Amino acid sequence: MTLLADDSLEKALWALLEEVKDPEMPPVSLVEMGMIHQVSIADGIVAVEVLPTFVGCPALKLMKKSISEKLSELEQVREIRVNFVFDPPWTSDRISDAGREKLRSFGIAPPPKSHKPGEMWEVNCPYCGSPYTKMENLFGPAACRSILYCPKCKNPFEAFKPIAVSGSN
Amino acid sequence: MAELQRIVNAEQAKEQAEYLAALKELLFQMADDDLMIAYRGSEWLGLAPHIEEDVAFSSMSQDTMGHAVMFYTLLEELGAGKADDLAQLRDSAEFRNTILVERANGTGNYMVNPHFDWAYSIVRFYLYDLFKLVRLEVLSQCSYIPLAQVSRKMLTELNYHLMHWRVWIKQLANSTEDARERLMAALEKVNADIGDAFKLGPMADAIIRHGLMIPEKEIRERWERKANEAFHACGINWTKPAESPQLEGRAGQHTEDCVDAVRTLSEVYRLDPATSW
Repeated sequence: MTLLADDSLEKALWALLEEVKDPEMPPVSLVEMGMIHQVSIADGIVAVEVLPTFVGCPALKLMKKSISEKLSELEQVREIRVNFVFDPPWTSDRISDAGREKLRSFGIAPPPKSHKPGEMWEVNCPYCGSPYTKMENLFGPAACRSILYCPKCKNPFEAFKPIAVSGSN
Repeated sequence: MAELQRIVNAEQAKEQAEYLAALKELLFQMADDDLMIAYRGSEWLGLAPHIEEDVAFSSMSQDTMGHAVMFYTLLEELGAGKADDLAQLRDSAEFRNTILVERANGTGNYMVNPHFDWAYSIVRFYLYDLFKLVRLEVLSQCSYIPLAQVSRKMLTELNYHLMHWRVWIKQLANSTEDARERLMAALEKVNADIGDAFKLGPMADAIIRHGLMIPEKEIRERWERKANEAFHACGINWTKPAESPQLEGRAGQHTEDCVDAVRTLSEVYRLDPATSW
Protein backbone atom coordinates (compact mmCIF):
# COMPACT_ATOMS: atom_id res chain seq x y z
CA MET A 1 0.00 0.00 0.00
CA THR A 2 1.26 3.45 -0.84
CA LEU A 3 0.52 6.18 1.63
CA LEU A 4 -0.72 9.32 0.00
CA ALA A 5 0.36 12.76 1.10
CA ASP A 6 -2.34 14.80 2.79
CA ASP A 7 -3.18 16.99 -0.20
CA SER A 8 -3.46 14.11 -2.60
CA LEU A 9 -5.51 12.33 0.06
CA GLU A 10 -7.86 15.27 0.06
CA LYS A 11 -8.14 15.02 -3.70
CA ALA A 12 -8.93 11.33 -3.36
CA LEU A 13 -11.65 12.15 -0.83
CA TRP A 14 -13.24 14.71 -3.16
CA ALA A 15 -13.12 12.18 -5.98
CA LEU A 16 -14.97 9.66 -3.81
CA LEU A 17 -17.51 12.30 -2.76
CA GLU A 18 -18.27 12.87 -6.45
CA GLU A 19 -19.72 9.37 -6.34
CA VAL A 20 -22.07 10.07 -3.42
CA LYS A 21 -25.43 10.80 -5.00
CA ASP A 22 -28.39 12.74 -3.72
CA PRO A 23 -30.72 10.02 -2.36
CA GLU A 24 -33.77 11.64 -3.96
CA MET A 25 -32.12 12.72 -7.22
CA PRO A 26 -29.73 9.86 -8.01
CA PRO A 27 -28.04 11.32 -11.14
CA VAL A 28 -26.70 14.29 -9.15
CA SER A 29 -23.86 14.09 -6.63
CA LEU A 30 -23.69 16.02 -3.38
CA VAL A 31 -20.62 17.80 -4.76
CA GLU A 32 -22.55 18.91 -7.86
CA MET A 33 -25.36 20.10 -5.59
CA GLY A 34 -22.81 22.35 -3.88
CA MET A 35 -23.57 20.68 -0.55
CA ILE A 36 -20.01 19.73 0.40
CA HIS A 37 -18.43 22.75 2.01
CA GLN A 38 -15.13 21.38 3.30
CA VAL A 39 -13.22 18.13 3.56
CA SER A 40 -10.10 17.69 5.64
CA ILE A 41 -8.04 14.80 6.94
CA ALA A 42 -5.60 14.61 9.82
CA ASP A 43 -4.26 11.46 11.49
CA GLY A 44 -6.72 9.31 9.60
CA ILE A 45 -9.71 11.31 10.83
CA VAL A 46 -11.80 12.80 8.05
CA ALA A 47 -14.02 15.79 8.73
CA VAL A 48 -16.72 16.58 6.17
CA GLU A 49 -18.82 19.72 6.41
CA VAL A 50 -22.14 19.42 4.64
CA LEU A 51 -24.56 22.27 3.89
CA PRO A 52 -28.20 21.10 4.09
CA THR A 53 -30.41 22.42 1.28
CA PHE A 54 -33.34 22.59 3.72
CA VAL A 55 -33.05 22.66 7.53
CA GLY A 56 -35.42 19.77 8.09
CA CYS A 57 -34.59 17.67 5.03
CA PRO A 58 -35.42 14.06 6.00
CA ALA A 59 -32.73 12.72 3.64
CA LEU A 60 -29.86 14.16 5.71
CA LYS A 61 -29.33 11.02 7.78
CA LEU A 62 -29.19 8.95 4.62
CA MET A 63 -26.60 11.30 3.12
CA LYS A 64 -24.46 11.07 6.24
CA LYS A 65 -24.51 7.30 5.99
CA SER A 66 -23.64 7.27 2.28
CA ILE A 67 -20.76 9.69 2.82
CA SER A 68 -19.32 7.58 5.64
CA GLU A 69 -19.62 4.36 3.67
CA LYS A 70 -18.04 5.83 0.56
CA LEU A 71 -15.08 7.49 2.31
CA SER A 72 -14.29 4.41 4.36
CA GLU A 73 -13.23 2.78 1.07
CA LEU A 74 -9.98 4.66 1.42
CA GLU A 75 -7.45 2.70 3.45
CA GLN A 76 -5.95 5.69 5.22
CA VAL A 77 -9.28 6.64 6.74
CA ARG A 78 -9.79 5.54 10.34
CA GLU A 79 -12.73 7.68 11.31
CA ILE A 80 -15.26 9.88 9.50
CA ARG A 81 -17.02 12.82 11.05
CA VAL A 82 -19.86 14.30 9.03
CA ASN A 83 -21.18 17.60 10.32
CA PHE A 84 -24.07 19.64 9.00
CA VAL A 85 -23.27 23.33 9.07
CA PHE A 86 -25.25 26.45 8.17
CA ASP A 87 -22.44 28.88 7.54
CA PRO A 88 -22.32 29.62 4.69
CA PRO A 89 -26.01 28.90 4.11
CA TRP A 90 -26.68 26.61 1.15
CA THR A 91 -28.17 28.57 -1.74
CA SER A 92 -29.33 27.19 -5.06
CA ASP A 93 -26.69 29.14 -7.02
CA ARG A 94 -24.21 26.63 -5.55
CA ILE A 95 -25.47 23.90 -7.90
CA SER A 96 -22.82 23.41 -10.60
CA ASP A 97 -23.53 23.60 -14.35
CA ALA A 98 -23.05 19.84 -14.60
CA GLY A 99 -25.48 19.40 -11.70
CA ARG A 100 -28.05 21.60 -13.43
CA GLU A 101 -27.79 19.59 -16.60
CA LYS A 102 -28.23 16.32 -14.70
CA LEU A 103 -31.26 17.65 -12.83
CA ARG A 104 -32.81 18.57 -16.18
CA SER A 105 -32.08 15.16 -17.63
CA PHE A 106 -33.85 13.65 -14.62
CA GLY A 107 -36.97 15.74 -15.33
CA ILE A 108 -36.34 18.39 -12.69
CA ALA A 109 -36.05 21.98 -13.91
CA PRO A 110 -32.98 23.55 -12.25
CA PRO A 111 -33.37 26.81 -10.29
CA PRO A 112 -32.38 30.14 -11.87
CA LYS A 113 -28.88 31.26 -10.97
CA SER A 114 -30.01 34.60 -9.61
CA HIS A 115 -33.18 34.91 -7.62
CA LYS A 116 -34.88 37.53 -5.48
CA PRO A 117 -36.23 35.87 -2.30
CA GLY A 118 -40.01 35.81 -2.03
CA GLU A 119 -40.65 36.33 -5.75
CA MET A 120 -41.87 33.91 -8.38
CA TRP A 121 -39.39 32.67 -10.94
CA GLU A 122 -39.52 31.53 -14.54
CA VAL A 123 -39.31 27.82 -15.21
CA ASN A 124 -38.61 26.24 -18.58
CA CYS A 125 -39.91 22.76 -19.25
CA PRO A 126 -37.02 20.28 -18.70
CA TYR A 127 -38.32 18.12 -21.56
CA CYS A 128 -39.14 20.47 -24.44
CA GLY A 129 -37.61 23.72 -23.16
CA SER A 130 -40.87 25.67 -23.49
CA PRO A 131 -41.01 28.76 -21.29
CA TYR A 132 -44.83 28.52 -21.09
CA THR A 133 -45.24 26.35 -18.04
CA LYS A 134 -47.86 26.27 -15.33
CA MET A 135 -47.22 26.08 -11.57
CA GLU A 136 -49.53 23.36 -10.28
CA ASN A 137 -48.21 23.26 -6.74
CA LEU A 138 -45.49 25.32 -5.09
CA PHE A 139 -44.93 22.30 -2.86
CA GLY A 140 -44.02 18.91 -4.22
CA PRO A 141 -42.83 15.49 -3.07
CA ALA A 142 -40.02 17.15 -1.10
CA ALA A 143 -39.64 20.59 0.45
CA CYS A 144 -37.05 21.54 -2.17
CA ARG A 145 -39.26 20.96 -5.23
CA SER A 146 -42.44 22.30 -6.85
CA ILE A 147 -44.81 20.57 -9.28
CA LEU A 148 -45.46 22.10 -12.71
CA TYR A 149 -47.13 21.24 -16.00
CA CYS A 150 -46.05 21.91 -19.55
CA PRO A 151 -49.07 22.57 -21.82
CA LYS A 152 -46.83 22.34 -24.91
CA CYS A 153 -45.45 18.81 -24.54
CA LYS A 154 -48.13 17.82 -22.01
CA ASN A 155 -45.72 16.59 -19.37
CA PRO A 156 -45.95 17.13 -15.65
CA PHE A 157 -42.55 17.87 -14.12
CA GLU A 158 -40.81 19.11 -11.01
CA ALA A 159 -38.71 22.23 -10.47
CA PHE A 160 -36.07 22.77 -7.85
CA LYS A 161 -37.00 25.81 -5.73
CA PRO A 162 -34.57 28.71 -5.91
CA ILE A 163 -33.08 29.41 -2.49
CA ALA A 164 -31.35 32.74 -1.99
CA VAL A 165 -30.39 34.67 1.11
CA SER A 166 -31.83 38.16 1.37
CA GLY A 167 -29.47 41.08 1.79
CA SER A 168 -29.16 43.00 5.03
CA ASN A 169 -32.68 44.38 5.41
CA MET B 1 -26.87 50.27 23.15
CA ALA B 2 -23.84 48.58 24.63
CA GLU B 3 -21.61 46.49 22.40
CA LEU B 4 -23.14 43.03 22.28
CA GLN B 5 -21.05 39.99 22.91
CA ARG B 6 -21.09 37.25 20.32
CA ILE B 7 -21.51 33.73 21.65
CA VAL B 8 -20.08 31.37 19.07
CA ASN B 9 -21.05 27.95 20.41
CA ALA B 10 -22.83 25.99 23.14
CA GLU B 11 -19.71 25.67 25.30
CA GLN B 12 -19.33 29.42 25.46
CA ALA B 13 -23.04 29.88 26.24
CA LYS B 14 -22.78 27.40 29.11
CA GLU B 15 -20.15 29.55 30.80
CA GLN B 16 -22.72 32.24 31.62
CA ALA B 17 -25.62 31.08 33.74
CA GLU B 18 -28.02 33.92 32.98
CA TYR B 19 -27.29 33.97 29.26
CA LEU B 20 -27.80 30.22 29.10
CA ALA B 21 -31.12 30.37 30.95
CA ALA B 22 -32.44 33.18 28.72
CA LEU B 23 -31.34 31.44 25.54
CA LYS B 24 -32.95 28.16 26.57
CA GLU B 25 -36.20 29.90 27.46
CA LEU B 26 -36.36 31.55 24.02
CA LEU B 27 -35.47 28.31 22.22
CA PHE B 28 -38.25 26.47 24.03
CA GLN B 29 -40.73 29.12 22.90
CA MET B 30 -39.69 28.70 19.27
CA ALA B 31 -39.35 24.93 19.35
CA ASP B 32 -42.74 24.46 21.00
CA ASP B 33 -44.43 26.97 18.66
CA ASP B 34 -43.20 25.16 15.57
CA LEU B 35 -43.86 21.69 16.97
CA MET B 36 -47.44 22.57 17.84
CA ILE B 37 -48.33 24.39 14.61
CA ALA B 38 -46.71 21.65 12.51
CA TYR B 39 -48.77 19.09 14.42
CA ARG B 40 -51.97 21.05 13.72
CA GLY B 41 -50.94 21.31 10.07
CA SER B 42 -50.34 17.58 9.82
CA GLU B 43 -53.88 16.96 11.10
CA TRP B 44 -55.15 18.27 7.76
CA LEU B 45 -53.63 15.31 5.92
CA GLY B 46 -56.40 13.72 3.88
CA LEU B 47 -58.87 16.43 4.89
CA ALA B 48 -57.61 19.46 2.96
CA PRO B 49 -59.92 20.85 0.23
CA HIS B 50 -58.10 19.12 -2.63
CA ILE B 51 -55.21 16.76 -3.22
CA GLU B 52 -52.68 19.42 -4.23
CA GLU B 53 -53.38 21.20 -0.96
CA ASP B 54 -52.86 17.93 0.89
CA VAL B 55 -49.38 17.71 -0.64
CA ALA B 56 -48.58 21.37 0.03
CA PHE B 57 -49.81 21.39 3.64
CA SER B 58 -47.94 18.16 4.42
CA SER B 59 -44.76 19.51 2.88
CA MET B 60 -44.96 22.72 4.89
CA SER B 61 -45.76 20.83 8.10
CA GLN B 62 -42.77 18.56 7.55
CA ASP B 63 -40.58 21.60 6.93
CA THR B 64 -41.88 23.35 10.06
CA MET B 65 -41.43 20.18 12.11
CA GLY B 66 -37.84 20.17 10.83
CA HIS B 67 -37.42 23.67 12.23
CA ALA B 68 -38.74 22.48 15.60
CA VAL B 69 -36.22 19.61 15.51
CA MET B 70 -33.45 22.12 14.85
CA PHE B 71 -34.47 24.25 17.86
CA TYR B 72 -34.70 21.19 20.13
CA THR B 73 -31.27 20.09 18.85
CA LEU B 74 -29.82 23.48 19.79
CA LEU B 75 -31.36 22.93 23.25
CA GLU B 76 -29.79 19.48 23.44
CA GLU B 77 -26.37 20.99 22.69
CA LEU B 78 -26.98 23.39 25.57
CA GLY B 79 -27.55 20.50 27.96
CA ALA B 80 -31.35 20.75 28.20
CA GLY B 81 -31.81 17.02 27.49
CA LYS B 82 -32.33 14.80 24.46
CA ALA B 83 -34.19 16.53 21.61
CA ASP B 84 -36.77 13.72 21.23
CA ASP B 85 -37.44 13.72 24.97
CA LEU B 86 -37.86 17.49 25.04
CA ALA B 87 -40.49 17.30 22.33
CA GLN B 88 -42.36 14.30 23.63
CA LEU B 89 -41.80 13.62 27.31
CA ARG B 90 -42.53 17.00 28.86
CA ASP B 91 -45.82 17.73 30.55
CA SER B 92 -48.05 20.20 28.68
CA ALA B 93 -47.63 22.67 31.57
CA GLU B 94 -43.94 22.87 30.67
CA PHE B 95 -44.64 23.89 27.09
CA ARG B 96 -43.79 27.47 26.20
CA ASN B 97 -45.75 27.73 22.94
CA THR B 98 -48.22 30.52 22.34
CA ILE B 99 -51.95 29.78 22.65
CA LEU B 100 -52.59 30.48 18.95
CA VAL B 101 -50.67 27.44 17.74
CA GLU B 102 -52.27 24.94 20.10
CA ARG B 103 -55.91 25.66 19.18
CA ALA B 104 -57.67 22.71 17.54
CA ASN B 105 -58.42 23.07 13.82
CA GLY B 106 -62.13 22.95 14.51
CA THR B 107 -64.66 20.73 16.22
CA GLY B 108 -64.37 16.97 16.42
CA ASN B 109 -60.96 15.40 16.11
CA TYR B 110 -58.85 13.76 13.43
CA MET B 111 -60.37 10.33 14.01
CA VAL B 112 -63.97 11.28 14.83
CA ASN B 113 -66.06 13.85 12.94
CA PRO B 114 -63.32 16.29 12.00
CA HIS B 115 -65.27 19.46 11.18
CA PHE B 116 -62.18 21.55 10.66
CA ASP B 117 -62.32 25.22 9.78
CA TRP B 118 -60.34 25.92 6.60
CA ALA B 119 -60.58 29.72 6.76
CA TYR B 120 -59.33 29.67 10.36
CA SER B 121 -56.39 27.51 9.34
CA ILE B 122 -55.40 29.80 6.48
CA VAL B 123 -55.58 32.93 8.61
CA ARG B 124 -53.89 31.29 11.60
CA PHE B 125 -50.98 29.85 9.60
CA TYR B 126 -50.50 33.04 7.61
CA LEU B 127 -50.48 35.33 10.63
CA TYR B 128 -48.30 32.93 12.63
CA ASP B 129 -45.82 32.73 9.74
CA LEU B 130 -45.72 36.53 9.50
CA PHE B 131 -44.85 36.53 13.21
CA LYS B 132 -42.23 33.86 12.58
CA LEU B 133 -40.83 36.05 9.79
CA VAL B 134 -40.43 38.98 12.22
CA ARG B 135 -38.81 36.71 14.79
CA LEU B 136 -36.37 35.06 12.36
CA GLU B 137 -35.37 38.43 10.87
CA VAL B 138 -34.37 39.58 14.35
CA LEU B 139 -32.72 36.28 15.24
CA SER B 140 -30.57 36.25 12.12
CA GLN B 141 -28.70 39.13 13.79
CA CYS B 142 -28.84 37.83 17.38
CA SER B 143 -25.96 37.28 19.81
CA TYR B 144 -26.02 33.46 19.66
CA ILE B 145 -24.27 32.68 16.36
CA PRO B 146 -25.57 29.10 15.87
CA LEU B 147 -29.13 30.43 16.22
CA ALA B 148 -28.43 33.36 13.89
CA GLN B 149 -27.13 30.96 11.22
CA VAL B 150 -30.09 28.59 11.25
CA SER B 151 -32.54 31.50 11.37
CA ARG B 152 -31.05 32.95 8.20
CA LYS B 153 -31.50 29.57 6.52
CA MET B 154 -35.06 29.11 7.79
CA LEU B 155 -36.02 32.50 6.35
CA THR B 156 -35.32 31.22 2.83
CA GLU B 157 -37.78 28.38 3.42
CA LEU B 158 -40.43 30.46 5.18
CA ASN B 159 -40.72 32.65 2.07
CA TYR B 160 -42.37 29.77 0.25
CA HIS B 161 -44.88 29.15 3.02
CA LEU B 162 -45.83 32.82 2.95
CA MET B 163 -46.27 32.78 -0.83
CA HIS B 164 -48.64 29.86 -0.45
CA TRP B 165 -50.78 31.43 2.29
CA ARG B 166 -50.93 34.71 0.38
CA VAL B 167 -52.52 32.95 -2.58
CA TRP B 168 -55.16 31.41 -0.33
CA ILE B 169 -56.01 34.64 1.48
CA LYS B 170 -56.43 36.39 -1.86
CA GLN B 171 -58.66 33.60 -3.15
CA LEU B 172 -60.89 33.56 -0.08
CA ALA B 173 -61.09 37.37 0.01
CA ASN B 174 -62.18 37.56 -3.64
CA SER B 175 -64.46 34.55 -3.65
CA THR B 176 -68.09 34.25 -2.47
CA GLU B 177 -69.75 36.26 0.29
CA ASP B 178 -69.69 33.09 2.41
CA ALA B 179 -65.91 32.71 1.98
CA ARG B 180 -65.34 36.33 2.91
CA GLU B 181 -67.51 36.08 6.02
CA ARG B 182 -65.62 33.00 7.16
CA LEU B 183 -62.35 34.78 6.54
CA MET B 184 -63.45 37.74 8.68
CA ALA B 185 -64.66 35.45 11.47
CA ALA B 186 -61.31 33.63 11.36
CA LEU B 187 -59.43 36.91 11.56
CA GLU B 188 -61.38 37.86 14.66
CA LYS B 189 -60.62 34.51 16.28
CA VAL B 190 -56.89 34.75 15.53
CA ASN B 191 -56.81 38.37 16.72
CA ALA B 192 -58.12 37.26 20.11
CA ASP B 193 -55.07 35.02 20.60
CA ILE B 194 -52.13 36.48 18.75
CA GLY B 195 -51.18 39.13 21.31
CA ASP B 196 -49.82 36.27 23.41
CA ALA B 197 -47.35 35.28 20.68
CA PHE B 198 -45.35 38.50 21.02
CA LYS B 199 -44.66 37.88 24.71
CA LEU B 200 -41.25 36.63 25.79
CA GLY B 201 -42.27 35.00 29.06
CA PRO B 202 -40.83 35.16 32.58
CA MET B 203 -37.26 35.77 31.36
CA ALA B 204 -38.14 38.55 28.91
CA ASP B 205 -35.73 41.10 30.42
CA ALA B 206 -32.72 38.80 30.22
CA ILE B 207 -33.64 37.67 26.70
CA ILE B 208 -33.63 41.29 25.51
CA ARG B 209 -30.59 42.38 27.55
CA HIS B 210 -28.46 39.61 26.09
CA GLY B 211 -29.22 40.59 22.52
CA LEU B 212 -31.38 37.59 21.70
CA MET B 213 -34.69 39.31 20.92
CA ILE B 214 -36.23 42.77 20.68
CA PRO B 215 -38.90 43.97 23.16
CA GLU B 216 -42.45 42.66 22.85
CA LYS B 217 -43.77 46.07 21.78
CA GLU B 218 -41.39 46.21 18.82
CA ILE B 219 -42.18 42.65 17.74
CA ARG B 220 -45.85 43.56 17.80
CA GLU B 221 -45.34 46.75 15.79
CA ARG B 222 -43.32 45.00 13.10
CA TRP B 223 -45.90 42.25 12.86
CA GLU B 224 -48.79 44.73 12.71
CA ARG B 225 -47.17 46.51 9.79
CA LYS B 226 -46.80 43.24 7.86
CA ALA B 227 -50.31 41.99 8.71
CA ASN B 228 -51.88 45.33 7.81
CA GLU B 229 -50.13 45.43 4.43
CA ALA B 230 -51.03 41.83 3.68
CA PHE B 231 -54.75 42.22 4.30
CA HIS B 232 -55.05 45.64 2.68
CA ALA B 233 -53.55 44.17 -0.47
CA CYS B 234 -56.62 41.88 -0.60
CA GLY B 235 -59.08 44.69 0.13
CA ILE B 236 -59.75 43.64 3.70
CA ASN B 237 -60.06 46.07 6.56
CA TRP B 238 -57.59 44.70 9.01
CA THR B 239 -58.07 45.54 12.69
CA LYS B 240 -55.46 45.52 15.44
CA PRO B 241 -55.56 42.50 17.75
CA ALA B 242 -56.44 42.57 21.45
CA GLU B 243 -53.73 43.96 23.73
CA SER B 244 -53.57 41.26 26.35
CA PRO B 245 -55.18 37.87 25.90
CA GLN B 246 -56.27 35.96 29.00
CA LEU B 247 -53.80 33.10 28.88
CA GLU B 248 -50.02 33.35 28.69
CA GLY B 249 -48.56 30.38 26.87
CA ARG B 250 -44.98 31.56 27.46
CA ALA B 251 -45.62 31.13 31.20
CA GLY B 252 -46.92 27.59 30.76
CA GLN B 253 -50.64 28.46 30.78
CA HIS B 254 -52.46 26.37 28.20
CA THR B 255 -55.87 25.20 27.05
CA GLU B 256 -57.27 21.66 26.97
CA ASP B 257 -56.37 21.65 23.25
CA CYS B 258 -52.68 21.74 24.20
CA VAL B 259 -53.04 18.87 26.64
CA ASP B 260 -54.78 16.82 23.92
CA ALA B 261 -52.16 17.67 21.32
CA VAL B 262 -49.21 16.72 23.55
CA ARG B 263 -50.94 13.49 24.54
CA THR B 264 -51.60 12.51 20.93
CA LEU B 265 -48.30 13.51 19.37
CA SER B 266 -46.25 11.74 22.03
CA GLU B 267 -48.45 8.65 22.39
CA VAL B 268 -46.19 6.27 20.49
CA TYR B 269 -42.93 7.64 21.86
CA ARG B 270 -44.17 7.33 25.43
CA LEU B 271 -44.89 3.62 24.97
CA ASP B 272 -41.17 2.98 25.10
CA PRO B 273 -38.84 6.01 24.99
CA ALA B 274 -35.77 3.75 24.92
CA THR B 275 -36.72 2.20 21.57
CA SER B 276 -34.69 3.24 18.57
CA TRP B 277 -36.94 4.32 15.67
